Amino acid sequence: MTQVCLALLPGIALYAWLLGPAILIQLLLASASALAAEALMLKLMHKPLGLFLGDGSALVTAWLIALTFPPLAPWWLIVVGTAFAVIIAKHLYGGLGQNPFNPAMVAFAVCIVSFPALMSQWPALGLHLSFGEQLQVVFGLAPRIDALSGATPLDTLKTGLKLGENVDVAQLLANQEIYGQFAGRGWELITGAYLLGGLWLCWRGIITWHVPTAFIVGLGSLAAALWLYNPAQFASPLFHLFSGGAMLGAFFIATDPVSGCTTPRGKLIFGAGAGILAYLIRVFGGYPDGIAFAVLLMNLCAPVIDLLTQPAIFGMKDKS
Amino acid sequence: MLFNLFKFNGGVKPPTNKAQSLTLPIAQAPLPSRLVVPLHQSIGGTPKPVVQAGERVLKGQLIGEADGWISSAVHAPTSGMVVEVGMHMQPHPSGLDALCVVIEPDGHDEWIAREPLDYRTLPPEAVREHLQRAGVVGLGGAVFPTHGKLTASKTVPMQELVINGAECEPFITCDDLLMRERAEDVVRGIGIFRDLLQPQKVLIGIEDNKPEAIAAMQAAVAAVGEDFAVIAVPTRYPAGGAKQLIRVLTSKEVPASKRSTDLGVQCFNVATAYTAWRAIAHGEPVISRLVTVTGNVDTPRNYEVLIGTPMDELLALAGPQADTDGIVMGGPMMGFLVPDTTVPVVKATNCLIAHSPKLFPPKAPEMPCIRCGSCAQACPHELQPFEMYWHARSKNFGKTQEFHIFDCIECGCCSFVCPSRIPLVQYFRFAKSEIWAREREKKAADTAKDRFEFKQFREEREKAEKAEKLAKAAAAQAAKKAAEAAAAAAAEAGGADTGTSAPASTVDSEIDPKKAAIAAAMARAKAQREAAQPKNTEALTPEQQKEVAEIEARRQAGQPATAASEPPASGA
Ligand code: SF4
Ligand code: SF4
Repeated sequence: MTQVCLALLPGIALYAWLLGPAILIQLLLASASALAAEALMLKLMHKPLGLFLGDGSALVTAWLIALTFPPLAPWWLIVVGTAFAVIIAKHLYGGLGQNPFNPAMVAFAVCIVSFPALMSQWPALGLHLSFGEQLQVVFGLAPRIDALSGATPLDTLKTGLKLGENVDVAQLLANQEIYGQFAGRGWELITGAYLLGGLWLCWRGIITWHVPTAFIVGLGSLAAALWLYNPAQFASPLFHLFSGGAMLGAFFIATDPVSGCTTPRGKLIFGAGAGILAYLIRVFGGYPDGIAFAVLLMNLCAPVIDLLTQPAIFGMKDKS
Repeated sequence: MLFNLFKFNGGVKPPTNKAQSLTLPIAQAPLPSRLVVPLHQSIGGTPKPVVQAGERVLKGQLIGEADGWISSAVHAPTSGMVVEVGMHMQPHPSGLDALCVVIEPDGHDEWIAREPLDYRTLPPEAVREHLQRAGVVGLGGAVFPTHGKLTASKTVPMQELVINGAECEPFITCDDLLMRERAEDVVRGIGIFRDLLQPQKVLIGIEDNKPEAIAAMQAAVAAVGEDFAVIAVPTRYPAGGAKQLIRVLTSKEVPASKRSTDLGVQCFNVATAYTAWRAIAHGEPVISRLVTVTGNVDTPRNYEVLIGTPMDELLALAGPQADTDGIVMGGPMMGFLVPDTTVPVVKATNCLIAHSPKLFPPKAPEMPCIRCGSCAQACPHELQPFEMYWHARSKNFGKTQEFHIFDCIECGCCSFVCPSRIPLVQYFRFAKSEIWAREREKKAADTAKDRFEFKQFREEREKAEKAEKLAKAAAAQAAKKAAEAAAAAAAEAGGADTGTSAPASTVDSEIDPKKAAIAAAMARAKAQREAAQPKNTEALTPEQQKEVAEIEARRQAGQPATAASEPPASGA
């Protein structure tokens, strides 16, 4: 599990550099509240603290929450989200290994449904707030002004397409303030760093290639099909793969072993399903990004998929 | 020779730890102070003891006679006095006792008359019987009686005979040294198997970390003039599992539901071939075997050990270090800590590892399964260990069978890789034994049920027969009466005497007491039924009773009177 955290570091470093160090504060807040909540629950269940805290699973959940929540979200939002993830989504289902849903994504879904405004306030890139100013915003000491935040590249594209009569993707993307080479400015770098971290995890054998590959193929091919069908209405697959939580989702979220599928074929189905759903939600749905709901929906199907994809065992292969 | 090898899925690469015990040649272990020879040393029926306490036995003399076709004889490992035939603890994780013959050696080591056989002149049946009488069993650890595996399937032609010299478990080197030092006997033993099974090819698989053994076997095959293929297989646990070795050498996969001969392949261990040759060409039954003594000892080594030697005496030869606190029998993957260090070496004992906390540090505590799937990736039988674990834990044994628990060969790869350190194999053993126990119980219950049902059936039949008899008798009576009445009428009509009516009245009076008795019995039964009616209105307080009475009264008033009356008696 600590390896998973390690693999996130390049992405985090870029994130902090491009969007400001507030993310580090959020990471700290999330980690502390996750460990505290975990300790509390372990105590209540009379389980050995050191042993379970040391496994790092709470930390991974905390980091994923910090990285998917807006970095300038008020401090209590991330604390509440993390506590919800650990206490309700994980421990009330029986603790480590028993939760049917990815705890971090449950927290995200709950918060975006409960606090939609706060959850969509992403800092506009190039908004150069000092560390102190960022701190003040996070801890509610400075007024939360709308100018602080801009919509994410994904969101801007969606609303832009919805509003304009004659706007098309190319026009919108030409707005260099928010878009970079092929996706969101800055974001393409961060997602690229996540991709590298994820590949490292595959190479180390911590995760298998099935879920990320299927996720990328699922999301990418659907995006490609629609893009080919109407490039004015739909952004390129590259844009989608490097926007929002796509790479984080492919390598770090959908690969959660506990709530995902375990058979190789099941993993392929799970990853592809999550990728396709993520695209559908993010393009046609009401939320800025679709990763969380896509993963949760696939979590729901995981047991059935596992059941239906049992591999043939030794000596039983040629029997149908 | 170029040979096409196949891969088996899964498997692990634990540190092999074999070099320690390979530096010295095989040594003959000295006679122990006493020998405790268990009678049950093979799969199948328990041999019957044929000696008694106080009897003198010779080396190689039969002491336990095979009981049934799947069973194998047991012999005295040396000459001496039988001091006891009794229960002693076994080298088994359960620590259960079993019947043993205890022999005090007299030091002469005096053989019985040994009779070498020219097996080529004998019918196959006689060779198999001889092997059974000589106590030849699979020495790879499964101890299946060898003669039972030496018949080819009638429908499937025998294609490959696979000889297992892989020895993939860490620490164990007895097969390695056997092949190095006694390769020719091994090859001749394989020749016997070949002659009995008539396969198209003989393949000897040896892990490629034993180059000396491979060279020795190749030389021996050439010297004996056979055309057996000696094949180096990749070193990966459990390459020495029979099914994995068969897979690697022939690409055939033998599932739990099939016998390997059904796929035209059979597999024997090299040590088994060796003992088969000794039994036939030298008339020596299996009274000793090679045992690797290693682990926390000063001089790890392989010994030729008499069956029945107490393990602690054998271990003492290798100089166990001070912190030794137990003995593992078998390798670290599939072996187990023996319940007591004095238990005897048996035919299944291939290795003793002196256990110390340093050598086998206690495992970190077990954590919950996170469904990471590592175990499934490592499982050579491509099972889903975490699913079987989950269902075994929740005692949902039917589900474990749906996940093919009986295909699990208990190799331990899954436990080895589990990041949560779950001792998966232990859960599987538990589930299997539990399923067997339930089957047994069910069988017992089924026979009891059958017995009961048969008894009921018999009783019913008897009742029916009785009723039939009665009905017949009654019909006969009625007919008789009618006939008599007719006769009487005729007589009356004929103006004959009136004495003929007397028998009829006697018959009536004969039947009447019976009827009365039946009526009385029915009345008694009815009374009893009424007495046995449950009454939940006893022991009530006066207020409650009053209430009940009121309710009763209301009910009586509100309903037609018949409803309150006695229910009609059933037609019994
Ligand atoms: S290796 Fe262990 S933790 Fe992983 S799935 Fe198997 S049993 Fe669970
Ligand atoms: S012990 Fe059984 S389940 Fe585990 S790896 Fe071996 S065969 Fe598979």
